[in-house]
Amino acid sequence: MELLGKGKKVLLGNEAIARGALEADVDVVTTYPGTPSSEIADSISRVAIYLKKNGEVPFYFQYSTNEKVALEFAAASAYCGLRALTCMKHVGLNVASDALMTYAYVGCKGGHVIVTADDPSCHSSQNEQDNRLYAKFSSLPMLEPSSPQEAKDMTIEAFEISERLEIPIILRTTTRVSHARGVVELNELNMKKKKGKFDKGKLAVTVPEVARKLHPILLEKLDKAEKISEESKFNFVEDFGGKYGIITSGVSYNYVKEAVEDLNLKCKIFKIGMSYPLPIKKLKKFLDECEKVIVIEELEPFIEEQIRNIADIEVYGKGFAKLKRYYEYDMDIVYYSLAKFFGVDYEIDDKEIEVAPRPPVLCPGCPHRATYYAVKQVAPKDTIYPTDIGCYTLGLLPPYETADFLLCMGSSIGTACGFSYATNQKVISFIGDSTFYHAGLPALVNAVHHDHNFVLIILDNSTTAMTGHQPHPGNAVDGMGNEAIAMDMEKVVKGIGVKHVEVIDPRKINEAKEAIKRALEYKGLSVIISKAPCILLERKKKERKIYEVNQEKCKKCKICITKFACPAFYFDNDAIKINPALCTGCGVCPQVCPFDAIEVVK
Amino acid sequence: MKKSIVVAGVGGQGVITAANIIAKAALKDGYNVVMSELHGMAQRGGNVECNVRIGNVYSPIVASYSADAIISFEPLEALRNLKKVKKEGIVLTDINPIIPPLISLGIGKYPPLNEIFDSIAKHCKLVKINADDLARKAGNILTKNIVMIGCLHALKILPIKKESYIETIKETFPEKYVEMNIRAFEIGEEEISTLFFK
Repeated sequence: MELLGKGKKVLLGNEAIARGALEADVDVVTTYPGTPSSEIADSISRVAIYLKKNGEVPFYFQYSTNEKVALEFAAASAYCGLRALTCMKHVGLNVASDALMTYAYVGCKGGHVIVTADDPSCHSSQNEQDNRLYAKFSSLPMLEPSSPQEAKDMTIEAFEISERLEIPIILRTTTRVSHARGVVELNELNMKKKKGKFDKGKLAVTVPEVARKLHPILLEKLDKAEKISEESKFNFVEDFGGKYGIITSGVSYNYVKEAVEDLNLKCKIFKIGMSYPLPIKKLKKFLDECEKVIVIEELEPFIEEQIRNIADIEVYGKGFAKLKRYYEYDMDIVYYSLAKFFGVDYEIDDKEIEVAPRPPVLCPGCPHRATYYAVKQVAPKDTIYPTDIGCYTLGLLPPYETADFLLCMGSSIGTACGFSYATNQKVISFIGDSTFYHAGLPALVNAVHHDHNFVLIILDNSTTAMTGHQPHPGNAVDGMGNEAIAMDMEKVVKGIGVKHVEVIDPRKINEAKEAIKRALEYKGLSVIISKAPCILLERKKKERKIYEVNQEKCKKCKICITKFACPAFYFDNDAIKINPALCTGCGVCPQVCPFDAIEVVK
Repeated sequence: MKKSIVVAGVGGQGVITAANIIAKAALKDGYNVVMSELHGMAQRGGNVECNVRIGNVYSPIVASYSADAIISFEPLEALRNLKKVKKEGIVLTDINPIIPPLISLGIGKYPPLNEIFDSIAKHCKLVKINADDLARKAGNILTKNIVMIGCLHALKILPIKKESYIETIKETFPEKYVEMNIRAFEIGEEEISTLFFK
């Protein structure tokens, strides 16, 4: 097992964080998966399953129902003296933020590292919020690595800082750090299973009187954190001569380093690794030695604004050259902007090569395709389709176009309540199984209680597919490979009080269509559980049938391509064919073909 | 020393595995290595792009016109990434198109192959191979990514030793697939040698 190895390894930033936590002898790891954070916890899960085979697992790991629950579980553990790691994507911290803001007041005894993996440029997210602001918002310290090696080192250091200050600490990565690979030096592993102890009688029930006492205590801890930041080895200066300063953090530091070398820039670089609280004294000294300074940081002017507060010299940042508040930075942006700041010639070519897009699509054999196809056959044209977060968001694309509105995890149901009131249009809402357990449940209770009139289709593929097939509460196994109690989706929905509930297999198209018709006709809330496993898991299991288009029967109506749109179909000159390497043998397309031209070949 | 390559293709073609093998082999030879990859949405048949950088490097992604080579598992993806390669660089591409599903729906256009190759050849040096055929020759179309690495090695773009690639292949695949993948590597190597060096 590579993650338990020795010496130097090429590791993903996320794997380096996992390794760091193991080297720090972490006791509890919790998460809800989300790109670009998922591999941190997935690595821990694999280690747990691997170690279980050979005896005791020296830590506990959990894929929690959502980020808030994940944070609460870990907070309780850290409060009792255990070391805890909680990982999530940036928007996950919104879900956990209710717990976070007050947890900062209460604090912890064991070190607790909260990883937020941000996604500048929205590679796989619904927004590109800058979670460094959460550090300031919650008054919690924050570290920001630039490379996999630093990600590991900072994870270990973060546990130490958290324990010294008795508050949780935020470790903030971005996609280009989490999903970068680099050489990482592995140190000793010394993992032991431990139990904590709950000390009664401390200030931990945050009624107003207690909260008022705790807030100034938190701010005192933050003052101590600033001293740590002043001395931190992660805040350092590199001097390449000259009087111009560059202040940078995160992945941008790498672009700056190469630009300084390649363009031969005479400058001083202040690399910020502990970005909250900033080492103000050290920065003031740096600024005193500079004639002017430029801040290279992605997204919000988080560091820049604090520099402007203390600087007497000219500060360049957002709005200068190609430095913007949106999208991730890259080498071109940083080279161009630094060249301009230093008055060096550097040209970049803004022309993009026009190439047909290749967006991700639902996989061949994906059961969501069958559900969407059936829905489009029977739903009125102006039906509103609130959707949710998962592979099925790809229903946005033609020809399905079964995604009209999306805010966040669980929003399909909450907004369906609103759309059904605000309009006279039909509303069919889609949510995946993992997302349903994550944030759909409270909204469904709301819909039942207020008798809102819409159809909810739960796309139950028995896994958290988009993020890499992590188990969820509907599975009979947990993230450590232990047996778990599986929720029964139908019982859950009926238990909440939904009157009209049907379970369908979407791969039986006609039955699915009839069920959707009944649901649309039903006055009030109806739920269809569209149950069929993710094809990526199914493919691994069994021998598959291969289908072929019988060219004599095919009338080239193209329904299989224009309406059903399975990527296994393609045009070979005029003939429609099925790529046998892509066909999964799901058996849905023969039901779609009006001329029975799709046949099993083996 | 600074060397950068872009590995490009379509989700499911083994692009990330290939990039990882190159990176690990580089470390075996004692080089510093940095690479980037994108997960998540890229898995579902979308375009995939990895950057592998070796030597005195920090950034996990390449600047425009700075990569020494692109190795592309699909012609359109070579074109998509063309701006990343140096004028004196090399584009090594497979010649078998995978038509994006949206094009079948009439959205976008897949340019004729000769247009794609002309655009590339105007920009830098172009090397075309039929990696699908070579992979089948090795025993399975799925070894295409290793065929591509064999070709890359024979083009002498990176200073990585053959033994380091072979060692990494042995560590990457289950034992029963190792022999086939080594064969794929050597078939790729042989193809380039025949094209250029014989």
